Amino acid sequence: MRNRKRTGWHRVINGVNISAFFVVLFVGLPLYWLIASSFKTPANLGDSPPQWFPNPVTTANYRDAFGPEDFGIYFRNSLIVTLVATALVLIVGTMAGYALGRLPMRGKFTLMVTLLIISVFPAIAVVAPLYLLLRDLGWLNSYQGLILVYTAFNLPFAIWILRNYMLGIPKEMEETGRIDGAGPLRTLWTIILPMALPGIFTAGIFCFTACWTEFLFSLTFNSQNNYRTIPVGIAEFGTVFTVPYGTIFAASVVAVVPIGILVFIFRKFVISGLTSGAVKG
Amino acid sequence: MATVSMEKINKVYENGFHAVKDMSLDIADGEFMVLVGPSGCGKTTALRMVAGLEDITSGILRIGGKEANDESPKERDIAMVFQNYALYPHMTVAENIGFALKLRHLPKDQRNAKVNEAAEILGLTDWLDRKPGQLSGGQRQRVAMGRAIVREPSVFLMDEPLSNLDAKLRVQMRAEVARIQRRIGVSTIYVTHDQVEAMTMGDRVTVMRDGTLQQVDTPQHLYDNPDNVFVAAFIGSPAQNLYDATVGEGARSVKLGSQTVMLPDTVALKRPALPAFAGKDVVVGMRPEHLHAASPETTGPKLVGDVELVEALGSELVVHFTIDAHRVIAEGALDKDEASLMQSGEGVARVEAKTPVKPGDKMTFSVDVEDMQFFDTQTGLAIRA
Repeated sequence: MRNRKRTGWHRVINGVNISAFFVVLFVGLPLYWLIASSFKTPANLGDSPPQWFPNPVTTANYRDAFGPEDFGIYFRNSLIVTLVATALVLIVGTMAGYALGRLPMRGKFTLMVTLLIISVFPAIAVVAPLYLLLRDLGWLNSYQGLILVYTAFNLPFAIWILRNYMLGIPKEMEETGRIDGAGPLRTLWTIILPMALPGIFTAGIFCFTACWTEFLFSLTFNSQNNYRTIPVGIAEFGTVFTVPYGTIFAASVVAVVPIGILVFIFRKFVISGLTSGAVKG
Repeated sequence: MATVSMEKINKVYENGFHAVKDMSLDIADGEFMVLVGPSGCGKTTALRMVAGLEDITSGILRIGGKEANDESPKERDIAMVFQNYALYPHMTVAENIGFALKLRHLPKDQRNAKVNEAAEILGLTDWLDRKPGQLSGGQRQRVAMGRAIVREPSVFLMDEPLSNLDAKLRVQMRAEVARIQRRIGVSTIYVTHDQVEAMTMGDRVTVMRDGTLQQVDTPQHLYDNPDNVFVAAFIGSPAQNLYDATVGEGARSVKLGSQTVMLPDTVALKRPALPAFAGKDVVVGMRPEHLHAASPETTGPKLVGDVELVEALGSELVVHFTIDAHRVIAEGALDKDEASLMQSGEGVARVEAKTPVKPGDKMTFSVDVEDMQFFDTQTGLAIRA
């Protein structure tokens, strides 16, 4: 018995687990600090040594975020812009990924490299021309302006993910569909798409997170309070004389929640491929 | 059910590769035709052209007497089983089997009835609600079969459907597939590189090499009367012993290295073309079962070999020996590893299990010379009439 117990401990305290612990600590501690601080009173926020647990616990920061500050509006704006942009990216990206991954066409390689170059393009380099463009279109301080820019900027990466995923689906799946009598659209819809779901979810989460946290374009194009998104909104909390750290912390916590929920719901799809069992292996 | 006829069919890919050359083949209604050959011989390409998954460069394909060159896979009314099964992973076994029927808008109750019937034939009734990921290799293979039979197609196409199974299951499924085919009586084209599958399953076997059809015949006739050295070397396990040899005067003897094997007159009588090869080089083929352990009293043609290895299979001994004649390896008939491992002059004999023989012995074999096969060294063709 004793022997077995020792083996058990060996399993828990090994190199991999220890490094994993430090990684979790490194990533998790700031998040914990954010959540804990959001429940502290303004007086306790600057304590030295700092409080590990908020005492007393207060929810005033949250009330301030949604009350005097317009966090509710920012949240709504972020949600609209992010959801629409993500949906567009996935619709266009899936079709483009299918075409680039599965269909015979010329210039595929050039196209993929071009997409890769675009996807690493620094945003700051194009912010000025885009500003002029959106101004001429009359789309400054609008949803569609930001949605257009977000879609364009996230599409290349999504196409790359989806194309690689489509490549991994055996060509026999389509051939068997053809023999069974399914047309191209039917094949894409009932055979390929369900098999590509993990790739679609992965691309979706990346895109959602990128749009949700985007700062520069939002700050530049949507300066009016009514169209501000969360990152810009939070940055502009407070007045010239005070910085309401507690409120910023509370708003940040709320901002993190949708991403947390999204990852939690779809983690199964993203981690485990749905393709298992299609072919031998 | 339908006949399939291929008339001078060619496949040339865009890069210029000529995968199938002038292939003509007729498959009778209900026949089980096996296409066999080493990898890259064009057998799968030929099958895919019949399926409509690959364009036909030239030639005419007829299914059920009707030209099918330009028909889509759907219009050809064929069903295909792929090597990797290609099951839809997000659908249950029942949905997989019934998918083609659903696309044909068959009412649900009829669909279910057909799916259940197919599942019963294949022993899948208990697994209808499972997804492919939860099934074993053999079960997945049967689902793939079920998807094909439920449609009651006019032709079955199978592309190495058993090659992903382990050896024991493969033997089992081999019999199973043949049984199902006989039961439903649909014309079948079955592609394999495994000549044991070809011999045991097919009504007839087509041997292919480098895109060219070598011989079409019943398994036994193919085994006994190969048309050329390649077919002789490819069909049979262990492979046939093929040696360079010289034919003696009047074809009454044949010289293998330093040994001379006497031939009775009947050999030349059965092969009228053979005496003309007197003094010339030929290739001689002897099946392993046509070499027996000779006792001192045995008369008749004999061959002496140095025993290198003895494999006891229980029912028989497989004796590996060498003689000083040059062993002929037909290009492509053996895979590269087999060919490189083969020693010069190596041969194989299947003898009685109780034969007292061990490595290092000099062993005398009596030879069934009537069953010997002779091939022209230049053309590789069998020497018969």
